[in-house]
Amino acid sequence: MGFVSRGFRGKRRDGADSSRVPPGQHVVNDFPVLSAGPTPRVPLSEWTLSIVGEVDEPKRWTWDEFRRLPSESFTVDIHCVTKWSKLDTTWTGVSLATILEQVETAADFAVAYCDGGYTTNLPVDDLTGQQAWIAFEYDGQPLDPEHGGPARLLVPHLYLWKSAKWVRGISLQAEDEPGFWETNGYHNHGDPWREQRYWGD
Amino acid sequence: MARAAVLGRLTWQLGEVAELIQETPRVSSLVIDLPDWPGHLAGQHVDVRLTAEDGYQAQRSYSIASAPEAPRVTLTVERLEDGEVSPYLVGEVRVGDKVELRGPIGGYFVWRAGDARPLLLVAGGSGIVPLMAMIRHHAAAGSAAPVRLLYSSRSIEDVIYKDELAQLVAGDKRVAVAHTLTRMQPSGWDGYGRRIDGEMVGEVAWPKKDGPAVFVCGPTAFVETASGLLVESGYDPAWIRTERFGATGG
Amino acid sequence: MQQSDLKLDGNAIAGLLREIFTMEMTNAESTCAGCGTVHAVGAVDVYLNAPGAVVRCPACEQVLMRIVHGGGRYWIDLTGTRCLEFRGDPG
Repeated sequence: MGFVSRGFRGKRRDGADSSRVPPGQHVVNDFPVLSAGPTPRVPLSEWTLSIVGEVDEPKRWTWDEFRRLPSESFTVDIHCVTKWSKLDTTWTGVSLATILEQVETAADFAVAYCDGGYTTNLPVDDLTGQQAWIAFEYDGQPLDPEHGGPARLLVPHLYLWKSAKWVRGISLQAEDEPGFWETNGYHNHGDPWREQRYWGD
Repeated sequence: MARAAVLGRLTWQLGEVAELIQETPRVSSLVIDLPDWPGHLAGQHVDVRLTAEDGYQAQRSYSIASAPEAPRVTLTVERLEDGEVSPYLVGEVRVGDKVELRGPIGGYFVWRAGDARPLLLVAGGSGIVPLMAMIRHHAAAGSAAPVRLLYSSRSIEDVIYKDELAQLVAGDKRVAVAHTLTRMQPSGWDGYGRRIDGEMVGEVAWPKKDGPAVFVCGPTAFVETASGLLVESGYDPAWIRTERFGATGG
Repeated sequence: MQQSDLKLDGNAIAGLLREIFTMEMTNAESTCAGCGTVHAVGAVDVYLNAPGAVVRCPACEQVLMRIVHGGGRYWIDLTGTRCLEFRGDPG
């Protein structure tokens, strides 16, 4: 092998249960902030969440209405394509199953769109059941803007770029529509257990 | 517009740490022997890459602190508490260790001694590093351009190159340094004792009729504040070059 | 750490651009396809804490470039940059 820096280990944590760590990932204790642009700041009085597209009728919730939906706390592991994983993260949010129950749709595909212009695409099948939430609390506190607050999409079984920060709506569609990173090299699906990082993986 | 240089491929090279200098409690300089170093310009940086035994790698950029005239390449690194690379470079690395780096990199944030305009340098914290390369180059080249440095630090203990700057000022009428200490000042302190503001900039900066060359470096918020104040004071934005350091990465 | 500290500038991708272009690019001038303003690449906004580098216009914040490097490949989107201008060697 090539050159090795004597004594260098990096910030990785030892001893994590390897069955919880997808291939190529390492566990960290902090919560790195990733950002593709300036942090959006929208007053809660102006925030809305919408479901649009191939639906019988578009649906929109104000912050107060959204917070009145049934929510739950849950603990999940999260995996970022930049190779860090964080285990046992605790969130509170409204499941996408609850949200999608409010509309009638036959759409197969979804695009999450966000303040700041970010988008990411997922099959509707990845949003059902206990797979996805609109999360508004992390670790018992209101979600920090730098981590996507007031609310972000959280889809822990896929790489974290699919957990769109500052989410403002889901567009349900008959056709798939690759999003911000999916159009620039990142895998259309993004399953960390199959190491689907880049196009063609 | 400056001409883009056609350069060879940027390749990783191994240097050997010849000397370690502790500059402040959190900042050290690494003086590195690089057998294949092509030379550099004041203001340029290198990328440093660390590799663990299992192949894990981390890479960060560090400004070159030494003048182009110096025989070895010096990097000055601030150890960040939750950093990944900086705690290795400042704390683990010993004289004799090898470090992998590539460079020199950069062409925009560069000062050449042939530029005769009055020079204004504005540094926030470790943003002093590439500006120090410019100051050292200015001295080594015998440049006649007058230089003013406005250097913001948290406290006197955090001032990097303090003695060297004092000696330069004492020995060269063309170089003036104004320090501001934003958090704590020692008793008897006669420099500034606050964050940079319009009044301070007005007192330290060259009059706009001098059409100076300006370099501002430090954390993003500092750089944006400082360059905004200079433009508000009447400076042409085209005179000002900036380099933002992240507080992340490190 | 302030949130604004995540925003860097084109100097932070000088090395990455050297891997892709044959020339030092931070002095190149980029015209924003969105608002038309011109900035030296060294002076544009760069976000590196991301799965790739996102380069934005300092005037209008629109994306000028996206660069992903991984798995031995590069993906570069320059559609937000109407053009890049820089001098090469004469003749």
